[in-house]
Amino acid sequence: MSWKLFMLLVKASGLTLVISGVSILIGLALGFVICAGLLSGTRGLNRAAELFVSFFRGVPLLVQLLLIYHLMPALGINVSSTTAAIVGLSLCTAAYQAENLRAGFGAVPRGLLEAADMCGFSHFQTFRRIRAPIALRLTLPAIINEAVLLLKASSLVSVVGIVELTRMAQDLASSTYRPIPIFASAGLLYFIICAIVAGIGALYERRQKWARR
Amino acid sequence: MSFDLSIIWQNLPDILAGFWTTCWLWAVSTAGGIVLGFLVAVARRYGGRLIASVLGVYVAIMRGTPFLVQIFLLYYGGPFIGISLTETPTGLIGLVIYGAAYFSEVFRAGFEAVPVGHIEAAECVGLTRWQTVRRILLPEMALLVLPPSVNIAVILIKETAVLSTITVPELTMVTSVIGSQYYAFVEALTLLALFYWFLVEVTGRAGRWAEAKLSRYRFAN
Repeated sequence: MSWKLFMLLVKASGLTLVISGVSILIGLALGFVICAGLLSGTRGLNRAAELFVSFFRGVPLLVQLLLIYHLMPALGINVSSTTAAIVGLSLCTAAYQAENLRAGFGAVPRGLLEAADMCGFSHFQTFRRIRAPIALRLTLPAIINEAVLLLKASSLVSVVGIVELTRMAQDLASSTYRPIPIFASAGLLYFIICAIVAGIGALYERRQKWARR
Repeated sequence: MSFDLSIIWQNLPDILAGFWTTCWLWAVSTAGGIVLGFLVAVARRYGGRLIASVLGVYVAIMRGTPFLVQIFLLYYGGPFIGISLTETPTGLIGLVIYGAAYFSEVFRAGFEAVPVGHIEAAECVGLTRWQTVRRILLPEMALLVLPPSVNIAVILIKETAVLSTITVPELTMVTSVIGSQYYAFVEALTLLALFYWFLVEVTGRAGRWAEAKLSRYRFAN
C-alpha cells in the first residue's frame, strides 16, 4: 500500500478524533447531569434518569445513530449528518459516564463525609472539597475506558455517511480493490489512537498516586 | 410527522425472521465466544511463553480496534486470502472471534481471583488435581465471571446490529430495508430500538437473577 493512501487514512482519522473528542466532552458534561438525576431524591427525576441510562445502554449505537439521523428531520430539525452523529454519540456515552460517576460517588467513604460534617463544612463545601474530587479520582479509570470505547464506536458514524477513518478506508478499499492492507491500516490507526488515550489516562492516574503521598 | 404502524404489521413475518436471525446469531456467538475464550484463557495461563504472547497480541488487537473494521477486513479481505464465505457465516465467525477475546479476559481475571489458599487446602485434604478443578476452581470461578460475562453477552447482542453493514439479514438489516421501502424510517427504527432494549433488559435481569441464585456459593475474601 502506498504512502499516499496511508496519509489519506491518517488525515481521515483527524475527523474521527474531532467527532469522538467533542462527543466525549459533551457526553461527560451530560453524564454529570444524568448522574445528578440518578442520585436525586426526587422520584420523577430519578425515574427519568434511570430510563435514559437503560435506553441508551440497551439499544445498539448503530440503531441509535440511524434513529437520530432520521428522527431529527422528521421532527423538523435540520442538521448536518456530522451534528446528528455527535448528538448520537454524546447521548450514548453520557449514559455510560453517568453510570460510572454514580459508582464513583457511591464509593466515597462515608467517614470522610461525616468528618467534613463534624468540621462544620456546609453541604456545598463538602461536595466541592470532598465528594466531587474523590469521586472523580475514583471514576477516572472508568471515564478513560469509556472514552476509548467511544473512539472505537465512532467508527459506526461511517454508516450515516461521514467520511471519517472507517468510511475513508471503505472508499479506498473499493476504489483500489485492496481491502486487506487498507482495513488493516485503519485498524492500526485506531489501535494507536486508543493506546495513546489509554496511556495518557494511565500516566495521569500514576501522577495522582504520587501526588497523594 | 406521521407515525404509521400498519407498515410494521404488513411486514411482520419478515421482521420476526430478522428477530430470529439476530437471536440465534447472538446465542451461537455467545456460546462460541465462551468456549473459545475459555480455551484462550487456559492456553495463555498454561501454554508457555510463546503461546501466551501470541494470544496476548490477538486479544489486544481485538480489543483495540472497532468491530466494524474487523468485520470489514474479514468480509472484504477474506476472499483475497482464500476465505470466501457468505455474509452470515462471516458475521458469525467475526462475532465469535471478537467475543472470545473479551471472554478470555474475563476468565483470566477469574483464574487469578480464586484464592491460592483454597487450591492448597483442596490439595491438603487429598483432592486430586481434577477434583480440585471441578469442585473448587470452576465453581468459585463461575460466580466471579458471571456478572462480567453477562455484560459481554449484552455487548454481543448490540454488536449483531453491526452485521447489517455486511448485509447479514438480521433484525437491523430487515428493518432498515422495510424503512426505506415504505419511507417509514422513524416507525421502523423506533420499533427496532424497542426490540433491542427489550432483549438487553431481559438478559440483564436474567443475569442478576442467576447471580442471586449462585450467591450461596460465595466465599469470604
